[in-house]
Amino acid sequence: MTLLDFARGIGLQIAMLVLIVGLCWRFSAILLLRQRPQLALSRASLLGQIAGGAAMIFSRSVPRRSFRRRIGISILLSTIFHVGLFTIIFGGAPHILVIHQLIGLSWTNLPKGVVVIISGLTLAAMIAMLIRRIVHPVMRLLSTADDYLTWLFVFLPVVTGILLSGETIAGYETLLALHILSVEMMMIWLPFGKLMHGVLVIASRGTMGFNFARKGAAT
Amino acid sequence: MNANIKPPPPAAKTPDAGQVALAMQGFVSDFGPTAALALESCVHCGRCAEACQFYVQTNEAKYTPIHKIEPFKQAYEREVSPFAFAYRMLGLVPKVTGAELETWQSLIYDSCNMCGRCSLICPMGIDIADLVEQARHGMFEAGLAPPDYLGVLAEKEHATGSPFGLSVAKFQDMLHAIGAAHGVAMHVDEARADIVPTVSSIDLKTYPGSMAAIARILNHMGASWTFRTDGFDADNVSLTAGDRAGQRTTTLGIVRAAIACQAKTLLMPECGHSFTEMRWEAANAFGKELPFRVMQITEFLAEALSEGRIRVNKVHQKATYHDACQVSRRGGATAAPRAILKALGVELHELEDSGDEGWCCGGGGGVALINRAAPLRDKVFQIKRRQVEATGMDTVYTSCSGCRQTLDHGGKATQWNKSVASLLELVANNLKD
Repeated sequence: MTLLDFARGIGLQIAMLVLIVGLCWRFSAILLLRQRPQLALSRASLLGQIAGGAAMIFSRSVPRRSFRRRIGISILLSTIFHVGLFTIIFGGAPHILVIHQLIGLSWTNLPKGVVVIISGLTLAAMIAMLIRRIVHPVMRLLSTADDYLTWLFVFLPVVTGILLSGETIAGYETLLALHILSVEMMMIWLPFGKLMHGVLVIASRGTMGFNFARKGAAT
Repeated sequence: MNANIKPPPPAAKTPDAGQVALAMQGFVSDFGPTAALALESCVHCGRCAEACQFYVQTNEAKYTPIHKIEPFKQAYEREVSPFAFAYRMLGLVPKVTGAELETWQSLIYDSCNMCGRCSLICPMGIDIADLVEQARHGMFEAGLAPPDYLGVLAEKEHATGSPFGLSVAKFQDMLHAIGAAHGVAMHVDEARADIVPTVSSIDLKTYPGSMAAIARILNHMGASWTFRTDGFDADNVSLTAGDRAGQRTTTLGIVRAAIACQAKTLLMPECGHSFTEMRWEAANAFGKELPFRVMQITEFLAEALSEGRIRVNKVHQKATYHDACQVSRRGGATAAPRAILKALGVELHELEDSGDEGWCCGGGGGVALINRAAPLRDKVFQIKRRQVEATGMDTVYTSCSGCRQTLDHGGKATQWNKSVASLLELVANNLKD
């Protein structure tokens, strides 16, 4: 069995299993806690509260006017990184091919050169975010091993993806195997660390939007 | 404010193992799905610091809002979180220590107004202000509320229903004296009334004119109303101290008093946290939806003005307005004071950050009641001072006596020549005959 065979076979199966079991475990442990009922008369109807929750899932992506100046760098780096990652995953031809093989859906890919440039920008944003985490007093105070491990587990697929596109330091099969393995490491880490925020963001923003709509509070 | 208050007890010793255990019990009792989701979601981005006046004014990282609840978060991870067993077994999350709780006491109490700006900026939708409120429960139950003013007031409120320990007889005397001094008829302890106004102990001690103002307006409306001496002080210092039992006792006293006279509306005074408590928490303490409406005074006035039940003269004045965080940003009544000012003909010059995005006065969350926090409070007051001065206005209206008092104190401490005034009193002083 070659490294690529392992990555495409048993490695992928293990990663999928850990990801699914881990996600179910983490979500059920949160949702099975006892919820205190809220008995005060709501300012909004149930439908209004649901709409409030749905709206906040999107609206929290854009900080309010009075905050923008103070968190400009954070917004810039975070936007480049998240949009870049999204574009690479859903715009790169090889990724679209994998998605097509998995679920049968397909769409037009971005030119390879564009994806490479976006990958470079994403990588640069990630490095800047890491430096900021180490240097900025607030971020340094808040940071734990989870933050640095999560950064590493995202950084590796981006780097191996860039190397793979250029086939620079090794052969295609080796680089592809390393790229797939790095993605599998990320999948395995996802339910245990901060990477989980990619899933939790919908639930946490939605919950706040729902609760704040009840009070008519600012969202 | 300092009358009847004992001197602060001596500085607390490092919490012992029993206190740490009590704090942990208190923390764990608050972990429901909403708190868990919030604690699981933080990405350590640090944006909340930039929304917090304590960080913005000091540049000290320890004032980062999410950092202020670190022991609470640690308790969650170790005792309740999905991987708690692994964290304990592998020693990945250490036990909270007495020394940590001692350190965090000032972060959880002295440097958080529970104003919710951090909740508004959080990209993950974490209501950090709510987490601070919950974290204070465990701290209080372990005897770790600030030992000076706030702790003393909460104890007195727990025992008597009033943070100043006012007796029913004393309150009755005060109301009649205020009525006589302001030439307004007071309704006290009537058997039936549609509207029951409550008061803030800050008004009782410092701004008694506000009670005369409520009476004058309700009389002007021809309303059926009464103060109830069996449930009058809505201040609920216990809420900000983290005393769940005292909070419940105070709240239920007011609920029962309103029910006793078959009130249709419970009117909350110019006070932020009391509105939060009665509007959103009282029903939970009561065990079912309240049989009356709970309205903050600005909502009530705005509604009555729009329906023509209150008629006012135009004042043709220019002024700015300071929003009480619990009424506007967190209470959903941001539009009400602006509607009142418009009805009065006041030309409103908004602060640079106003309405939902306004900065706290610095005294919210009980910080105004922590003597040792005064230097920090004065430091954060500078934001409000700068923004008021930038409007060029001489008068700042507000509808929270806690804010009013903090702004007054901040002004005195820095020789500020601005006038801080009550929106309620502005309405009462300009009623049409």
